[in-house]
Amino acid sequence: MSDRQQSLAKVLELVEPFNKKGIAVSESTRFAQDLEWDSLTVLDFVANIEDEFDVIISMNMQAEIETVGQLVDTLGRLNA
Amino acid sequence: MNDLFSKFDPLIEQREALLNTGVTDPFNLVMERVESPTVAICNGRRTILLGTYNYMGMTFDPDVIAAGKKALDEFGSGTTGSRVLNGTYGGHKAVEQALKDFFAVDHAMVFSTGYQANLGIISTIAGKDDYIILDIDSHASIYDGCAMGNAQIVPFRHNDIEALEKRLKRVPEGAGKLVVLEGVYSMLGDIAPLKEMVAVSKANGATVLVDEAHSMGFIGEHGRGVAEAQGVIGDVDFIIGTFSKSVGTVGGFCVSNHPKFEILRLVCRPYVFTASLPPSVVATAATSIRKLMDSADKRAHLWENSKRLHAGLRQLGFKLGTDEPQSAIIAVIMPDLETGAAMWDALLNEGLYVNLARPPATPAGMTLLRCSLCALHTEEQVGEILGMFAAAGRATGCIS
Repeated sequence: MSDRQQSLAKVLELVEPFNKKGIAVSESTRFAQDLEWDSLTVLDFVANIEDEFDVIISMNMQAEIETVGQLVDTLGRLNA
Repeated sequence: MNDLFSKFDPLIEQREALLNTGVTDPFNLVMERVESPTVAICNGRRTILLGTYNYMGMTFDPDVIAAGKKALDEFGSGTTGSRVLNGTYGGHKAVEQALKDFFAVDHAMVFSTGYQANLGIISTIAGKDDYIILDIDSHASIYDGCAMGNAQIVPFRHNDIEALEKRLKRVPEGAGKLVVLEGVYSMLGDIAPLKEMVAVSKANGATVLVDEAHSMGFIGEHGRGVAEAQGVIGDVDFIIGTFSKSVGTVGGFCVSNHPKFEILRLVCRPYVFTASLPPSVVATAATSIRKLMDSADKRAHLWENSKRLHAGLRQLGFKLGTDEPQSAIIAVIMPDLETGAAMWDALLNEGLYVNLARPPATPAGMTLLRCSLCALHTEEQVGEILGMFAAAGRATGCIS
């Protein structure tokens, strides 16, 4: 697997505990509209991502991230 | 044409549905007369006030009132100007001196409200490429200060020392770090573990700002707040506070020992681009602050009130925001907004005013009946309050 695929796999794994509706999650899944996460869920999820990838995803950056794929792209840039 | 107000439709509908149940509008109450810090007339009825943040009951203090009247006579009703132009009177310097004496610090800067103090200080001192690390449950004024500036904003889980430390360690080398904490969190009335959090922040080279809005005057040996009570006030770089709680009027402030602090008066836009406080307001604030320095007995009585209300409510079967009373705020957790509004209405009919708090002000989507005690609530009043909670709780089915 490429680095990006590995990141995607990890992100999908970390989404699952918060996937309350049990929807099929892909790169195009949107956090707010599709997963219907509230701010506390976002905080917990982002904390898990930050711990896993050892990065900071500030609220400024979160505002630009709408989909799973965009998050994976951001992680790629942060770890580059 | 697109109606710009259509984004408010869900809230309008929720509000209409709530009012259709017949409850009094909890966000539109009028105090027709105010008799004292603890009693007002609402809808023609004598009502005990248990939701005012008037912790030390200074609003009707005879010395405070006299100072305000004198300033009104001698300096007029308003300054009509900015602090940096024609809006600094002797009274503004006097209240800043009172703050410096109260907190034993070198610098004090007074804003027109507490909201503006957070807005101004946070947006000004953290610039582009700096990081603001803040508790997720921070007050709206802190978030708005973050939004007004252009620093990177990093929230961490409420009161979680390890989460704070992890984020501090991940901030890129060389970037400025501002940690923003509150002494008392006003929704649940819980306090922050400032001793540990300030130590962790300092160990990682961060500047620390603590909002002591709900603790000033009450918590700590000299009433300087939670940082004083936990022995770390010397390591706090900026303390933000307000005149609209224990001090009993309106206004906000920042105190600090930072050697370059005074430059903020020229670069902090919410300080520069607004009119300064009226002379009567700064006169009442200065008088009140000086009296609060010597209020150990009132602080002790307020603690007694808080403990008694907390224990009494718990005994009645209400679910509270904290296991032990940690401040003068006792939050009663309601199962949902409808029940909360019904309970609020029933309490008002009993003759008791509390704050109904709901999202987005509250954490985790909670509906709260927030009670804030006053040092001037008598033991008898606290007993009366518990009786009212018992009656309203049974009438609404909140308790059995």
